[in-house]
Amino acid sequence: MKILVPIKRVVDYNVKVRVKADNSGIELANVKMSVNPFDEIAIEEAVRLKEAGKATEVIAVSIGPEKAQEQLRTAMAIGADRAILVQTDAPIDLGGVEPLAVAKTLKALVDKESPDLVIMGKQSIDDDSNQTGQMLSALLGWAQGTFASKLELGDGNLKVTREVDGGLETLELKTPAIITTDLRLNEPRYAKLPDIMKAKKKELEVLAAEDLGVDYTPRLSIVKVEEPPTRQGGGKVADVDELIDKLKNEAKVLS
Amino acid sequence: MSVLVIAEHDNSEIKAATLNTITAARQIDGDVHLLVAGANMDGAMQAASQIHGIAKVLKADAPELGHHLAENIALVIVELATNYTHILAPASTFGKNVMPRAAALLDTQQISDISAVVDADTFERPVYAGNAVATVKSSDAIKLITVRGTTFDPVKAEGGQPEVEDVAPKGDAGLSSFVGLEASESDRPELTSADIVVSGGRGVGSAENFAIIEKLADKIGAAVGASRAAVDAGYVPNDYQVGQTGKVVAPDLYIAIGISGAIQHLAGMKDSKVIVAINKDEDAPIFQIADYGLVADLFEAVPELESKL
Ligand SMILES: Cc1cc2nc3c(=O)[nH]c(=O)nc-3n(C[C@H](O)[C@H](O)[C@H](O)COP(=O)(O)OP(=O)(O)OC[C@H]3O[C@@H](n4cnc5c(N)ncnc54)[C@H](O)[C@@H]3O)c2cc1C
Ligand SMILES: Nc1ncnc2c1ncn2[C@@H]1O[C@H](COP(=O)(O)O)[C@@H](O)[C@H]1O
Repeated sequence: MKILVPIKRVVDYNVKVRVKADNSGIELANVKMSVNPFDEIAIEEAVRLKEAGKATEVIAVSIGPEKAQEQLRTAMAIGADRAILVQTDAPIDLGGVEPLAVAKTLKALVDKESPDLVIMGKQSIDDDSNQTGQMLSALLGWAQGTFASKLELGDGNLKVTREVDGGLETLELKTPAIITTDLRLNEPRYAKLPDIMKAKKKELEVLAAEDLGVDYTPRLSIVKVEEPPTRQGGGKVADVDELIDKLKNEAKVLS
Repeated sequence: MSVLVIAEHDNSEIKAATLNTITAARQIDGDVHLLVAGANMDGAMQAASQIHGIAKVLKADAPELGHHLAENIALVIVELATNYTHILAPASTFGKNVMPRAAALLDTQQISDISAVVDADTFERPVYAGNAVATVKSSDAIKLITVRGTTFDPVKAEGGQPEVEDVAPKGDAGLSSFVGLEASESDRPELTSADIVVSGGRGVGSAENFAIIEKLADKIGAAVGASRAAVDAGYVPNDYQVGQTGKVVAPDLYIAIGISGAIQHLAGMKDSKVIVAINKDEDAPIFQIADYGLVADLFEAVPELESKL
């Protein structure tokens, strides 16, 4: 069984981002970039399936700038066998390659590679869209198991447990299928130095976005990007009695 | 021009977020229709047919819609789509699951989690964990949108008289089936629509200790939330998580206990009207956004607070 894992190069989750002075987007110069955290969980899950003898090959793919090779190398250090970069100079966070275009590109790669399963993140932490997996499964006519916290592979089907607003839902899906990861699916490993060295020698194919014939013209134009209003906080109370007094008599949120 | 809202419901009740989504729809156009897709849904239809501010309820009743599987509901939405300029759903796990699938089938780029309607083509949405707000203008003919419930007031659940129309089901896509739901039962108010939320973090220390958070919540009629760390550690179920990748809340009062205030947590609660933080570390970032910060050991302060209220 072959597993495709789409990963996105995003601003590291620890970075406090800043809006560009001209309000056109986010300042990305000299900012630490990483694999989108949900995609790390996706690679980890795929690699564990390989280690358990259930998968034969794990392919990491990304749509992004030349530098996204760094994140594909990270994926291979965790255990992906090879990688494909669909290279583009268009922005991938806002006002460039949008989830629908990513899904179309991924569909072209699925048609080419014929995986049995695609495991990807539920959400990019830059655009916070939470769309691409659902869109890819629609374009392929496949089943979708979103927000997964548990996967059980059967023969021609799979069981997925999903983190939903009311609790945990279990579905059975026909395969091939798309899975999107939630935080509790697994805890990704740290790649060890020997694995990082080994990853440098693994195959990384680079395709030009144009070659896949997908139109990257954005459907959503960015009118502006602004800082949210800042909240005036920082007030302190000395003890529980003062807190109760303030909540009742100043904020009037308790009676 | 009409706007279609996809109702979120469990066949017996309409979920509150549907009412906020209708308000967003009405800011686009006054002619709003509501799709209720499910099975054995007398209760949900009863409720839907009283909602204020909608002209029509579309009823899609079929066994394969009973569990709200995305593959089946998307087919119904796609069939109806040509009658509408905009289709909206709550940005809940239900809407997030179904809407992008329908959007891709319609070849439109969905606009996720809008926090404001600027005009019929232009919307605001938080990005980068709420560190920025993007104003985006859509060029698609049909716009599919998910709505952040906390930034739109709900319409009234009663007093409306929409007409009810049956829509033909589209059959079972045959891709997925429902196995089970492990529902987290609670008599407390729903987290995303509660007036007061009490949340606990890693500082609470264990599932057993979480009882002191719950006791305080029950005393003041609050919902209970949590940070990711508290969920990961197994103190509480996953659906308690507040934040960038969990639930977004904006109650009148949010009490954060033993939570440091990571940006991913703030993304889900910083629009609350009044924020209280109880933390033993006076430098915890949560204090920067709290209206009332109490530097204290939660194991002393929380029981004291509970007993004095
Ligand atoms: C992709 C991704 C998505 C994420 N999504 C979310 C999300 O949606 N929601 C979310 O919450 N987080 C999310 N996180 C995690 C986030 O980055 C933080 O790790 C998390 O919010 C920390 O939880 P915490 O504040 O409970 O724990 P900590 O940061 O460990 O803070 C515990 C606090 O408790 C205090 N404390 C300890 N003991 C006591 C005591 N006895 N009395 C009083 N105070 C005490 C400490 O001083 C400390 O401030 C996400 C992270 C990633 C990478
Ligand atoms: N440019 C990209 N390259 C590869 N995968 C992507 C890209 N953008 C999004 N994805 C995948 O789609 C998931 C959801 O992203 P989004 O719909 O943008 O929130 C991510 O977690 C990735 O797995």
